[in-house]
Amino acid sequence: MARFSIIFAALAVAACAAQQALAPAEPPAAPSFDPALVRKGAELAALGDCNTCHTAPGGKPYAGGRALKTPFGTLYGTNITPDPETGIGRWSGAAFRRALREGLDREGRHLYPAFPYEYYTRLSDEDIRALYAYVMTREPVRASPPPHELRFPYNVRALLGAWKALYFRPGVFQPDPRRSAHANRGAYLAESLAHCGACHTPRNALGAEMKEHAFDGGEAEGWHAPALNAANPAPVPWSAQQLFTYLRTGLDAQHAIAAGPMDPVVRNLARVAEEDVRALADYFAALMPGRGQTPEAKADSGGPGAAIYAGACGTCHDRGRDASSGSALPLAFASALALPTSKNLLRITLEGIAPPAGEPGRFMPGFAQALTDAQVKELMRYSRSRFGGGAPPWDDVDEELRKAREDK
Amino acid sequence: MITLEVNGKPHAVDADPATPLLYVLTDHLQLHGAKYGCGLGQCGACTVLVDGEPVFSCITPISVLQNRRITTLEGLGTSDNPGPVQRAFIAEQAAQCGFCIPGMIVRAQALLSRNPAPTPEEIRAHMSPNLCRCGTHMRIVRAVERAARELKAAK
Repeated sequence: MARFSIIFAALAVAACAAQQALAPAEPPAAPSFDPALVRKGAELAALGDCNTCHTAPGGKPYAGGRALKTPFGTLYGTNITPDPETGIGRWSGAAFRRALREGLDREGRHLYPAFPYEYYTRLSDEDIRALYAYVMTREPVRASPPPHELRFPYNVRALLGAWKALYFRPGVFQPDPRRSAHANRGAYLAESLAHCGACHTPRNALGAEMKEHAFDGGEAEGWHAPALNAANPAPVPWSAQQLFTYLRTGLDAQHAIAAGPMDPVVRNLARVAEEDVRALADYFAALMPGRGQTPEAKADSGGPGAAIYAGACGTCHDRGRDASSGSALPLAFASALALPTSKNLLRITLEGIAPPAGEPGRFMPGFAQALTDAQVKELMRYSRSRFGGGAPPWDDVDEELRKAREDK
Repeated sequence: MITLEVNGKPHAVDADPATPLLYVLTDHLQLHGAKYGCGLGQCGACTVLVDGEPVFSCITPISVLQNRRITTLEGLGTSDNPGPVQRAFIAEQAAQCGFCIPGMIVRAQALLSRNPAPTPEEIRAHMSPNLCRCGTHMRIVRAVERAARELKAAK
């Protein structure tokens, strides 16, 4: 008991300790940045997926306002354009670096870890300089995002000091001299800039990553982020080449089509240096030793689910053509059927897969209007038992279906 | 036998439960408004309403449609007496080849039933699943806007 009191007291002190504000700087003139550094920053920003959370749907780039649903409430991405009033125009390079390394804004307030400073803390000084050069040369936009809508006590920002004391371990990435430069590059990207674990590692009740379960599979915005280690349930083991193709194009014919929160990630990875995507792919392929089974659909069991599958899904999924815009994965290969939860298959079934308005991309029609809840459940039961590779039936379909319908 | 309620009338249909609705409409019920475009739920030419919501009839098996209300283009008016959305599409001459237009009209109807005064952005977002290869989108959007205006004036 005494021990808990001491910990609690320490946390309270940490929570209340004021952090120093850094002096506002005059917004630096765009030409003061080396164009090569700005270009490098653009690549890094794409690898870091910055635009996804800091741009509202249909909004100006990096002007904020995008809602991010979390178990604690809804956060809104901030304006990181160089607008001096509503953006980060008055942030010096030092303030920008401190935000990434320590999770503090210029005024010294704690930032919510939805901004993944647990990862960005590992960024090199040089990369932070390039990111600063990139964001400070964007078009300044005067825009304030809506205030965060967090439940008590999560809306008390000062408590983040205690959270950080418990869970946040700052420190720059240290390359492993025994590994190749390529392997270190992959590790650096995965564990810092690309912040893969932010979704793919499970979190505890306070939203902190469970480090002992790194890449065991997590959750993002109502979707399951599959395990990226030996627990990955893909029927065919991911090869490095397949991972590369998936990360680069959003489609691998033997595994999955990127959907949900992974869609913007692959959109960004499509426009960075190929070598960096290869480094990421190689890093994760090494973590996912496959079990090497050949996926096989079970015999059709008939019943209501079978008719729904044949008329609604099989039309594309049983075509047996190469995966392209006009065809679809055979479901015995699809990762979504093998996951421990039904949530991804449910969301794909209801809403389909579609690029943002006006952009090219992978497409699947949704069935939210065509199918009743009872029919969706029949389809889930049928699909899991026929294509799930012998995995047990899902027991979360009722709950996840309710959530997926509510989120729409 | 599966009983389908189409445009307010029940029809007993003798077909495999997995048969997509589109084939039953055209082959069994002689309703040719909904069109076969891609057959993959990607173009919208086959759009019909199920309980007032737009669905792709080419990938909707009839087994899921018992006890549900199906409305096709024919349910929205006739050649002699076109409905308000159809009249607006004619007035704006929204069709070029016309193959996509039945699906467009049906999808627009779903929007206007729910939202009688959609903004241009709402119209574009709602209509986006339906493709037109001739490129008459500007006229299609104008037709939906006109239909909204005229439906409001008629009230």
